[in-house]
Amino acid sequence: MSKIAQAFKNGKAFIGFITGGDPSMEKSEEFIMEMVRGGADLVEIGIPFSDPMAEGLVIQEANIRALSAGATVDKIFDLVASVRQKIEVPLVFMTYLNPVFNYGYPRFFARCAELGVDGIIIPDLPFEEKGELADVAAGFGVDVISLIAPTSEQRIQQIAQEATGFIYVVSSMGVTGMRSEIKTDLPSILEVVRASSPVPTAVGFGINTPKQAGEIAKIADGVIVGSAIVKLIEKHGENAGSYIYEYVRSMKNAVSEQE
Amino acid sequence: MAKGRYGIHGGQYIPETLMNEIINLEKSYEYFKNDPEFNAELNKLLCEYAGRPSLLYYAEKMTKDLGGAKIYLKREDLNHTGSHKINNVLGQVLMAKKMGKTRVIAETGAGQHGVATATAAALLGLECEIFMGKEDTDRQALNVYRMQLLGSKVNTVISGTMTLKDAVNETFREWTARVHDTHYVLGSVMGPHPFPMMVRDFQSVIGQEAREQILKLEGKLPDAVVACVGGGSNAMGTFYHFIGDETVKLIGCEAAGHGIHTEKHAATIAKGRLGVFHGMKSYFCQDEYGQIAPVYSISAGLDYPGIGPEHANLHDTGRAKYVPISDDESVEAFEYLARTEGIISAIESAHAIAHVQKIAGTMSKDQIIIVCLSGRGDKDVAAIARYKGVSIDE
Repeated sequence: MSKIAQAFKNGKAFIGFITGGDPSMEKSEEFIMEMVRGGADLVEIGIPFSDPMAEGLVIQEANIRALSAGATVDKIFDLVASVRQKIEVPLVFMTYLNPVFNYGYPRFFARCAELGVDGIIIPDLPFEEKGELADVAAGFGVDVISLIAPTSEQRIQQIAQEATGFIYVVSSMGVTGMRSEIKTDLPSILEVVRASSPVPTAVGFGINTPKQAGEIAKIADGVIVGSAIVKLIEKHGENAGSYIYEYVRSMKNAVSEQE
Repeated sequence: MAKGRYGIHGGQYIPETLMNEIINLEKSYEYFKNDPEFNAELNKLLCEYAGRPSLLYYAEKMTKDLGGAKIYLKREDLNHTGSHKINNVLGQVLMAKKMGKTRVIAETGAGQHGVATATAAALLGLECEIFMGKEDTDRQALNVYRMQLLGSKVNTVISGTMTLKDAVNETFREWTARVHDTHYVLGSVMGPHPFPMMVRDFQSVIGQEAREQILKLEGKLPDAVVACVGGGSNAMGTFYHFIGDETVKLIGCEAAGHGIHTEKHAATIAKGRLGVFHGMKSYFCQDEYGQIAPVYSISAGLDYPGIGPEHANLHDTGRAKYVPISDDESVEAFEYLARTEGIISAIESAHAIAHVQKIAGTMSKDQIIIVCLSGRGDKDVAAIARYKGVSIDE
């Protein structure tokens, strides 16, 4: 069983995201620890990219802050190495294909395996193109997380059948970012996913309040939150740690109530 | 491996949210390209609205002056809206309408593709929004107003480097948010399949006409075909019907800005590396970690860090050659063409003219060069004046 499955063992999972190196690698490490202390079951670390096409403004700006502060793929690996000495929770990268391609797939996934990165989410690598790196990643035991969107329709079954780790269900059209309302018919999407795959499902994009998280946790195995956490970093900068802890704790409580 | 490959290049590297729409687009295109009714309508628009066929003009003074090969200019600058962009836009907007879309969106750099899209949307009755980087809305203010006159909304893009690549990012983001009623009219032979193929097909009218025209005028094929390359749509459209003619040299001119030995250029073939961006595998200007590089050219239309995947493959196979042309060389060619032939070309196209200046004299008088004059230069006059230190009031 993949290590990612452990994230879904303590009831409904809360998955938190930060962009690595925003505002610095030291602070990223602290923020990851705060998320875990607040109850995060899995942590997504964004490897910043110059042109994050699937991101809304909040995470775009986090990418710019991280890159301006000198973040590189190698420094993110160093961050993981340091974090891994302290925590056991599954870690997943979230990035775009070009930084991974440029690093070289075997070299990239060998380092993931060596340092304990359990999976990777690549929004610009759809099902049709996953042959690009699927075998290399699998060879190193790293799960390539599949995304399912509100527009996936007849593709859901096909994608879910080959999914590993967990399935990332995109709640809304458009890019990442906080939304007041989620209009997609998630129950019917999740029904098809469940019928096609035993892999746990987590829903992300737009979720930011405990109430929303609780609603989603009623129907999914996990809830993913990115922009709302990054927004705390945007607002509080280096002092965001305690705010992140409080926020993650409230979100984890909200999803836990849905056991 | 997925569809839409040119050697190792191409593919469909886009978010899942867009995949069904892209598959739908591909199916629609496969249907409409063989549909006699669609082709008749498109042909009517191209001939009666856009002014096709465009002239193949013998530049006699330039030929004599350079003292070598005969030079023919394929006058895409004479098309309605002033550039080759209208060829692709009429095809895509007409198709979008037939697909039941009510709204089109597009990126633009210099504004030529934005103006063309706004024009086609006005004509065919579709809502239109254009995304343009703030750098470009500032330096091409006249084109912003032009698009607004045509009934389009112009969104100023303030993310990233605020130029063409960021406008593409933002248009993709907008498309992801609203695919059900919206078609993205991509302006070059780039992006995910089927765009590189579809845009090339719509632009290939340039080379198809040029080939027929030169055979009629000279009774033989040209020795070289030259065009400027950013994403590469006018070059791909000009080259395509000559690819099978092995005696015809194909030469793409990319923007070397301040020079390829500096960091201020947009010379993707000369300085880029293989990567994956904007939906395609191709060559990109990028740093050692795969971050897309900020690029530079005096020409907003060539100011793009990548190149279409079919060009990347023509480079790999050696079928086409790509050469860097600097700002200085292109401005000199811009002035030369104005003085010699009385034609003010787009600064983009002047990159191709600059290369013709270099090679024509090395060729014999019975040889022929066709150069694609992809657009007219009204939009560039103020910028060239600034470049030359001339103070003018627009």
